[in-house]
Amino acid sequence: MKFARIIWANLLRKKVRLLLTIGSFAVALFLFVFLAVVRDAFNRGADVAGADRLVIINRTSIINPIPLSYRDKILRIPGVKYITHNNWFGGTYIEEKNFFPQFVIDPENQRQVFPELIVPDEQWNTFLKDRVGAISGAKLAERFNWKIGDRIPIKSQLYGGNGVWEFNLDGIYHGKRPQDDETQFWFQWDYFEEKVPQSFKGQIGWYVLRMDDPDEAPRIAKAIDAEFANSPNETKTETESAFAAGWVKQFGNIQTLILSIGTVVFFTLLLVTGNTMAISVRERTSELAVFKAIGYSDLTILFFVLAEALAIALIGGGLGILFAMLAIPELGKALSGLLPSIVLAPPMLLFGLVMAIFTGILSGILPGFGAMRLRVVNALRRV
Amino acid sequence: MVKVDGSGDASSLVQVRDLDKTYRRGGEEIHVLQGLNLDVSKGEFVAFMGPSGSGKTTLLNLLGGLDVPTRGSITVAGDEITHMSAGNLTEWRARHVGFIFQMYNLIPVLTAFQNVELPLLLTKLSKAERRAHVETALSIVGLSDRMNHFPRQLSGGQEQRVTIARAIVSDPTFLLCDEPTGDLDRKSADDVMSLIEELVAHHHKTVLMVTHDPVIAARAQITLHLDKGVLIEGVKLAHSVPAAGVA
Repeated sequence: MKFARIIWANLLRKKVRLLLTIGSFAVALFLFVFLAVVRDAFNRGADVAGADRLVIINRTSIINPIPLSYRDKILRIPGVKYITHNNWFGGTYIEEKNFFPQFVIDPENQRQVFPELIVPDEQWNTFLKDRVGAISGAKLAERFNWKIGDRIPIKSQLYGGNGVWEFNLDGIYHGKRPQDDETQFWFQWDYFEEKVPQSFKGQIGWYVLRMDDPDEAPRIAKAIDAEFANSPNETKTETESAFAAGWVKQFGNIQTLILSIGTVVFFTLLLVTGNTMAISVRERTSELAVFKAIGYSDLTILFFVLAEALAIALIGGGLGILFAMLAIPELGKALSGLLPSIVLAPPMLLFGLVMAIFTGILSGILPGFGAMRLRVVNALRRV
Repeated sequence: MVKVDGSGDASSLVQVRDLDKTYRRGGEEIHVLQGLNLDVSKGEFVAFMGPSGSGKTTLLNLLGGLDVPTRGSITVAGDEITHMSAGNLTEWRARHVGFIFQMYNLIPVLTAFQNVELPLLLTKLSKAERRAHVETALSIVGLSDRMNHFPRQLSGGQEQRVTIARAIVSDPTFLLCDEPTGDLDRKSADDVMSLIEELVAHHHKTVLMVTHDPVIAARAQITLHLDKGVLIEGVKLAHSVPAAGVA
């Protein structure tokens, strides 16, 4: 590309300004990617939801329990293949800040309902035999440097006052897909049932079931809710993805918040880069006039300006994305427990790159058209 | 032969007929050039003189295809440029015109070599061919040893010589010089004028130059005066173009 030297020389004309503009791009792109990752984390529930799974909660609210006795009735409904149940434990590990999701599980059916979360058979068998056994997600174990055989004390906030529940770490699960949540902590229903106060006994938080045919979901959901209609604990059955979306809504309108911040970042970046390009072009009015005088076409002049803007965008955007690749895994660890599991997936990097290119071109368009429309005679007179 | 009465024939390299240029400023029409005629043959060196605002630079801009006339026609080497589209005019300039400006107008972030190479980037010449052309142009202006210097590392005279190299590198039909020595000391001005004279004498270039300096104008083969938008033939100098290096 014979014009590359001209574009590069013009880029390096004001090095401090170039560095600052590239820096703005890098920071903005990092923020962009980070916001996209957070947004994705909140929406992950819907992404990882099994198409063949239904979630059954108390019609009043998820914090209201449902009787364990419903299980057998649900299993009798045609199309239901497996069912398991969970309770939210809500404890903390050693310190208040060490919060992560702990679930009481039904060990007999957990793996059939969530086949994408893999626990080695040997570890699972140990867990089944160990009343105070627990299974940790791989990322959670890595966060606290747990190893199989460790004794894990969890301080209960909801059950048994502020007592500490002790668990043996019998196994570690891994998700089959990168987006699978590996930050959960599971322990046995029997141990839970034994230790909780009388008022909580026989009460589960929610059921999760797998169907033979996902297309049957509306019929099965309707049948389940009809089964318990007019009972003291009416149910609300929905697909796992709908349940996950409803869960995110409890945090407020995260989507709108993130989109708002992202939009502000985008426009600020556009203004900063657009201003830099406009100043850069204005400073070079007479030079651009010379280019035109000696035969460079208007389109070539536009190309020069756009190429400069694009180069800034690609360098700055690339640095921002590189920074995101380095920092987001660390941020994910630091924010573990506060935010859902953070995963920097390739589509997000691609999204960041596309945003950088789009912003670069947009910021160069107005100054570029200005340079294109420049009248040589007038521009030379300004010297 | 230079003619200003419109009597030249089609063999003239530059042929201007009934040229008008009118500017509108604040509702008032300013007639800068009025019914101007000019014929210049290949290899001639013409100087235009006149008081400020007489239209010297406007005429040069029109001849160089940088501006369009209000009326009349300009034909250069058989091409009538007055009705060309902006795009065609740009291509025409690249092929036919070499500009030499008063303020040199070099690109400060490019070396002398790169500045001179600029017009050639619009051609289909290979990199090696471009290099050969640039080196030749820089050797003609005596700056072979300064080709990797940036404009800020050159004196005013040297900068103007780089501008001349840039103007001649693509072997244009004619050179247009707008006050080429206006920003130079006398010695540098002499050097630049000697170089322009050499281009005319040895390289058969056609040069049209605007200047307000009678000493500089006297170096041309003929001086034309612009007065109230009309060209008047000045003193025709009988001398032949001196050899390079002679002031």
